[in-house]
Amino acid sequence: MLTLNVNGVHHRVDVAADMPLLWVLRDRLGLTGTKYGCGVGACGACTVHIEGKPARACRTPASAAAGKRVTTIEGLHSRAAKAVQAAWESLDVVQCGYCQSGQIMTAASLLAANPKPSDADIDAAMAGNLCRCATYHRIRAAIHDAAKRLA
Amino acid sequence: MNELSIANASRRDFLKASAGLTLAFYLPSGIAAKAGGAASFAPNAFVRIGSDDSVTIVAKHLEMGQGTYTGLPTLVAEELDADWAQLRVEGAPADAKRYNNLLWGKMQGTGGSSAIANSFEQMRRAGATARAMLVAAAAQRWQVPAAAITVRRGVVMHTASGRTARFGELAAAAAQLPVPEQVTLKSPQDFVYIGKRVPRTDSKSKTHGTAMYTQDVQLPGMLVALVAHPPRFGGKVKSFDAARTKAVRGVVDVVAVPSGVAVLGRDFWSAKRGRDVLKVVWDEAAAFRLGTPEIVSRYQALLDQPGIVARKDGDAAAALAGAAKRLTADYSFPFLAHAAMEPLNCVIRAGADLCEVWNGEQFQTGDQDNIAAVLGIKPEQVWINMLYAGGSFGRRANPHSDYLVEAAQIAKAIRGRAPVKLVWTREDDMHGGYYRPLYLHRLAGGLDAGGRPVAWSQRIVGQSIQAGTAFESAMVKAGVDRTSVEGAANLPYAIPNISVDLHSPKLGVPVQWWRSVGSTHTAFAVETFIDELAHAAGKDAVQFRRALLAQHARHLGVLELAANQAGWGSALAPGKAGEKRGRGIAVHESFNTFVAQVAEVTVRPDGGFGVDRVVCAVDCGIAVNPDVISAQMEGGIGFGLAAALYGEITLKDGVVEESNFPDYPLLRINEMPQVEVHVVASAEKPTGVGEPGVPVIAPAVANALFAATGQRLCKLPLRLA
Repeated sequence: MLTLNVNGVHHRVDVAADMPLLWVLRDRLGLTGTKYGCGVGACGACTVHIEGKPARACRTPASAAAGKRVTTIEGLHSRAAKAVQAAWESLDVVQCGYCQSGQIMTAASLLAANPKPSDADIDAAMAGNLCRCATYHRIRAAIHDAAKRLA
Repeated sequence: MNELSIANASRRDFLKASAGLTLAFYLPSGIAAKAGGAASFAPNAFVRIGSDDSVTIVAKHLEMGQGTYTGLPTLVAEELDADWAQLRVEGAPADAKRYNNLLWGKMQGTGGSSAIANSFEQMRRAGATARAMLVAAAAQRWQVPAAAITVRRGVVMHTASGRTARFGELAAAAAQLPVPEQVTLKSPQDFVYIGKRVPRTDSKSKTHGTAMYTQDVQLPGMLVALVAHPPRFGGKVKSFDAARTKAVRGVVDVVAVPSGVAVLGRDFWSAKRGRDVLKVVWDEAAAFRLGTPEIVSRYQALLDQPGIVARKDGDAAAALAGAAKRLTADYSFPFLAHAAMEPLNCVIRAGADLCEVWNGEQFQTGDQDNIAAVLGIKPEQVWINMLYAGGSFGRRANPHSDYLVEAAQIAKAIRGRAPVKLVWTREDDMHGGYYRPLYLHRLAGGLDAGGRPVAWSQRIVGQSIQAGTAFESAMVKAGVDRTSVEGAANLPYAIPNISVDLHSPKLGVPVQWWRSVGSTHTAFAVETFIDELAHAAGKDAVQFRRALLAQHARHLGVLELAANQAGWGSALAPGKAGEKRGRGIAVHESFNTFVAQVAEVTVRPDGGFGVDRVVCAVDCGIAVNPDVISAQMEGGIGFGLAAALYGEITLKDGVVEESNFPDYPLLRINEMPQVEVHVVASAEKPTGVGEPGVPVIAPAVANALFAATGQRLCKLPLRLA
């Protein structure tokens, strides 16, 4: 039995200690906004925040997240996050949308740490999040737009 | 911000819809019964207006990122004069009688950049019909002539008397009226939505993590299945030992299916752990065992032999022999994986006389037939819920329904005792075949003494995508698979002697269409070779093309627009010390859409390079939603650039060597150029935009690399010496 704090709610889950957090979130807690893309920490679709920092849920054993604050797209309510989501909607960033939860989790972290990122800052922070539809052009624009909303 | 809710998009609605669908199965035309809740007015298969004033658009095409769930409602809303905020979008059920792709005959499915092209009139008529009936209902109620009534943004008005009604108030009355046979569609100058940006209907749910993909479906009692596939194509199960697998916590069953051994668990991780310790002995008697170098050398031998003629104008061989200057080049294109972000998956619930499927569904008719054949039921007993697809790029429209058939086989093997979610891991997806085929091309061209091209010959070697599929009879004519030669056999350049021929060798590697299909390779060969001819003739690349495109106004239009917007002919800003910069252009038509792109590159001293900026011009007829068109060009450029820079599936002794993103890299944000898109104003019928942005970028970049370095690259992915 592990105790996980996800989006401010405590959950007791009976899972193997090595079960990745991703599958606990998706298959046990029904939080399917966090996506499976590669399982090896190479695409960023599973990005969540652990203690406020972006982490790859597919490479984080559930036991390593126990007792820590986990935030998923469903529980993302920070001011930076709301600005990011508003910018994403206003620029219609999404296409297939499958990677976008992860993109938004990373972008929200970036803006929380750096409220006025340059293109280079954006590229450096976002390079771990793949988008097969290549919405990158709009992701960059939306992060700048979100930064303006926060200013 | 638009507050559209999508019936199959949010989880809460999904559960309701799911229950509705199950009940509705026993009714003919179940989707109408699914209308749900409030009394509604459904004048046709595409529009439903509720007494709550909601307008539900039934989308017959898959939303996989290309914007259909925005484009199709735009067409209906235009003629209905609906308010954008009252629209909802719902995926159509599998029913080719009502929802066939009008460009595919009797088949229902999404592909070939055809969603808007085949729906443009149909969806507008659907909207106009509903509007006419609402107007007739108002005319009756108010005792005024229908001609005196106007409709604007969801409000029906009689201006003279000041009476108004919302659609919902008229729905019940309209439902009692006859459906008019004839309706008049708007003139383009009266369009209020078409030609302007309306927001995507899927932005909100996809931005908040609530959009529903197949991967997110959870049904009561559902098991997750992972399948151990043979390591080589054509392999089969000889025997297996599941003792250790069955000891894994959460594993429920292990069953053999024709494609491998399925491990069923209570969740993904249990099934994965179980599969990790499964022991399978494979029967590889019929397995494919060639490696990429052996395939290439077999194909090279074919390059020396004449193939089946796909186009013959004049006598290219004689004209080449007599040319003042001759050029030749051999091109090589690797196998490519689609690698959509959502790995392949589907959910299936099989009963004795019905089977319900949840899928990012791209080819309903073929999938119904193939699933029905496995389960021994009728195709119409296969009920398919079309969910958002997390990308597809062609992969989910598999003529053999490969992963859906696999799921049906698993359901059959466990006698339908639980719903099954089949999940392919990223590695399964990448090893699973159905790649863009490997192709070789040989180009030869001749110039006369004045530098004018007099001969063009192109030979193509590569597998037929359509051979052995339901499309073969329509798409393979006299031994020529149209998708192998599209973009080459219809060469637009005015050259008096043209020869295009084709070899379609059979090979044990499963192949399939990949976003922009034949143009993925033909555009590269044609557009870099024409550039080479221009250079050999001592002419500017744009001038040279322009002179040969006099009969092709739309090619010419995008070529000139892109060149002008990019500042073609002006000097590029120099790079940093040791860097070389170059600019290249390419123009290509695919799926009746015309695209030109100018790429600017910077080559670093170490031979690495980056694409800095791309200027894109597109002519897709009437621009239904210019912002979605721009998005498809931007994304198409990024998708094509991933193939240009990295895309390559290789085989060694029949085994696919790439497994996941570390060894099959995709484009990352730091590699994405600045992109400017210019949409040509046009009154032509609209054509598709999902694919045509893709094939133009690689030749534009290769031509820019030549301009920067003098190196001609004929092998994909692009590597400078």
